[in-house]
Amino acid sequence: MSAAALTAMQQGWQSCEGCGLLSRPVAGAHEGRCPRCDEELTFRKRASVQRTWAYLAAAAICYVPANVLPVLTTVTAGGRESDTILQGVVLLWSPTGWPLSLIVLFASIMIPSAKILALAYLLISVQRGSIENNEQRARLYRTVEFIGRWSMVDVFVDTFTAALVQLQPLMSVEPGPGLPFFAAVVVLTMLAVESFDPRFIWDAASANEVRYA
Amino acid sequence: MPDSDLPVPESRRVSRKRTRLSLVWVIPILAAVVGVWVAITRILAEGPTITITFQTAEGLEAGKTKIHYNGVDVGTLTAIRLSDDHLRVIATGEMAPKTEGFLVDDTKFWVVSARISGANVTGLGTLLSGAYIGMEIGESKVKKRDFVALDTPPVVTGETPGRFFLLKTPNLGSLDAGTPIYFRRLQVGQVASYELDKDGQSLTVKTFVNAPYDQYVTPNTRFWDASGIDMSLTANGLTLRTQSVMSILVGGIAFETPATGPLLPPAEANTVFTLFSDRTTAFKLTARDPQKFVLVFTDTVRGLSIGAPVDFHGIPVGEVVDVSAQIDAKTFQFSAPVTIVLDAMRLGVQVVGMEPGADFAALRRKMIDNLIAHGVRAQLRTGSLLTGALFVAFDVFPDAPAATVDWSRQPAELPTIPGQLEALEANVAGIIKKVNEMPLKAIGDDLQKAIVELDRTLVSARGTLDAGRGTLDNANRLVEPNSVLGVELANTLQEVSRTMRSVRVLADYLERHPESLIRGKPGEAK
Repeated sequence: MSAAALTAMQQGWQSCEGCGLLSRPVAGAHEGRCPRCDEELTFRKRASVQRTWAYLAAAAICYVPANVLPVLTTVTAGGRESDTILQGVVLLWSPTGWPLSLIVLFASIMIPSAKILALAYLLISVQRGSIENNEQRARLYRTVEFIGRWSMVDVFVDTFTAALVQLQPLMSVEPGPGLPFFAAVVVLTMLAVESFDPRFIWDAASANEVRYA
Repeated sequence: MPDSDLPVPESRRVSRKRTRLSLVWVIPILAAVVGVWVAITRILAEGPTITITFQTAEGLEAGKTKIHYNGVDVGTLTAIRLSDDHLRVIATGEMAPKTEGFLVDDTKFWVVSARISGANVTGLGTLLSGAYIGMEIGESKVKKRDFVALDTPPVVTGETPGRFFLLKTPNLGSLDAGTPIYFRRLQVGQVASYELDKDGQSLTVKTFVNAPYDQYVTPNTRFWDASGIDMSLTANGLTLRTQSVMSILVGGIAFETPATGPLLPPAEANTVFTLFSDRTTAFKLTARDPQKFVLVFTDTVRGLSIGAPVDFHGIPVGEVVDVSAQIDAKTFQFSAPVTIVLDAMRLGVQVVGMEPGADFAALRRKMIDNLIAHGVRAQLRTGSLLTGALFVAFDVFPDAPAATVDWSRQPAELPTIPGQLEALEANVAGIIKKVNEMPLKAIGDDLQKAIVELDRTLVSARGTLDAGRGTLDNANRLVEPNSVLGVELANTLQEVSRTMRSVRVLADYLERHPESLIRGKPGEAK
């Protein structure tokens, strides 16, 4: 499909996300409400790029303490030991346990950072009005959207372990201060993905360049 | 393409004040603020870094080994490396925040691991948790970051209430750090450390007496080594003293304050005391008014040891300080001059009735002269038959030859009398002599005669006994059941029985009707 194909926005129409009705905004306005189902109507997600940037920045900020602070504190009779995510990866790395180690490495370190980088790339390319690799970028966005929720695995594992391993006074596991930050990274990247409007990828290719950022 | 061609309705107008900057930016700002705050608290939580030099890193583990103060975790070892000369181990410790005040010049560190030494089993908890580093905070104001660990953990840390006292001893014996200190057999402290004095002549044992027992240590207090069993076999008999089973095994120090002495305030910390070898030595009072005398004994002094008691009427008044020997060049008589020290006051004899300001020395001479004149003599006596130990006894011997004291000689010689043993020997010799003089043969002859006489007497006695047996037979016949006398006797007894029954009936009647004595039976009266 050619990039110059007709879009609703080019026609000055807005498609209702609630009921699919096409409508025209009142003259001079960019937003309105669907005459049929009263859903909010915009050409593109409101302040999409800005909001995505904000969420992304917050996620990037939280990513630092999430990886620097320990996420899990193991208290045994021998003392207490706090491990960060990376230390956990190293700890799990053994001739038999390396697949688990790899899972943690991917789910907890690589995927969140990949998401942040991917979104940043998408945002920059959209803001620069890039018209190249549109299909790849669209695929990238879909992948990021799909994969995002799986990053919560680490948080779940941590909270489950902390809840189950309470063999006081022999051994207990407590969540570390890094865990809330890690959860924040996952949630914020998901919000960022959510607030990004993939239609921007294609807008630049259209003749009428509209910017709502 | 005109818009109107298609039936696209107009959307409803909404009035919304558009802001250029979305509110969503609050989220990254919030994240940044929280992140910075966490970072700041983390940095603030960072305590000082110290290095501790150890002889060996045994039991230490970087990242695991904790530094404890009074059981509180105040730091962790973060790295352990060898010193540049490879002889020592330098451990880097990350201290908890606000511990800067702990790290002063005289702060001490040591490794705490399970230790079993005699009386003490410490650090059992470390068997599970691994060794940790103990510390004692110094009092100096000089900051320090590089420390050298103690080789052995101190027995007493500065936080324990109590006081240190120093004991001087010529040898360490079985004492060691941690050796218990007993007061009335109650463990009240322990040996903290010991060190050889600079001159190498004695040791200073640093002991710690826990509060509140430290108040019982006064300048007058005696410390003695209560290790093992204190057994002495002297003229006073067998003495056996121990503090506790533990002290027998691992040694111990005991202290006590003489009850007789004046009541003194508790001793200052680090007061130096002498560590006596045993309780008896410890409790020997210091000399008050010692007087030296010489006693020349002609009998054997075997069993008379230095330190043997000298008593008067059984009251100890002094002790033997020297035993020597001499030969008289004229008579070639061998004798043993025994030097004694009399100090009755030290041994608790009190002088009463003395006028103030009187010349006590003159008074004493007069008293001794008087006693000698009344026959008081020194004599060697056996204190214990078991050991044969001798002691010097002064006693009154009215039959003793007259003697005087030559006060011009120093020390003056007091008259003696041969010892009991010698007297006993003489007595035994006398008895043997008398036994020898007995006319044993004549006695034997007399005895034989007497036995022959006795034999005869016994023969005549048998005749008498035979006659007696005949008499008894006759008597026996008389009392046989079928004999005439027997039957008669039975009849008579039955008669008597019947009579007695009528008498009882009469008596019963009279008891019920006493008036019948006067009026007769009522039936008869009618």
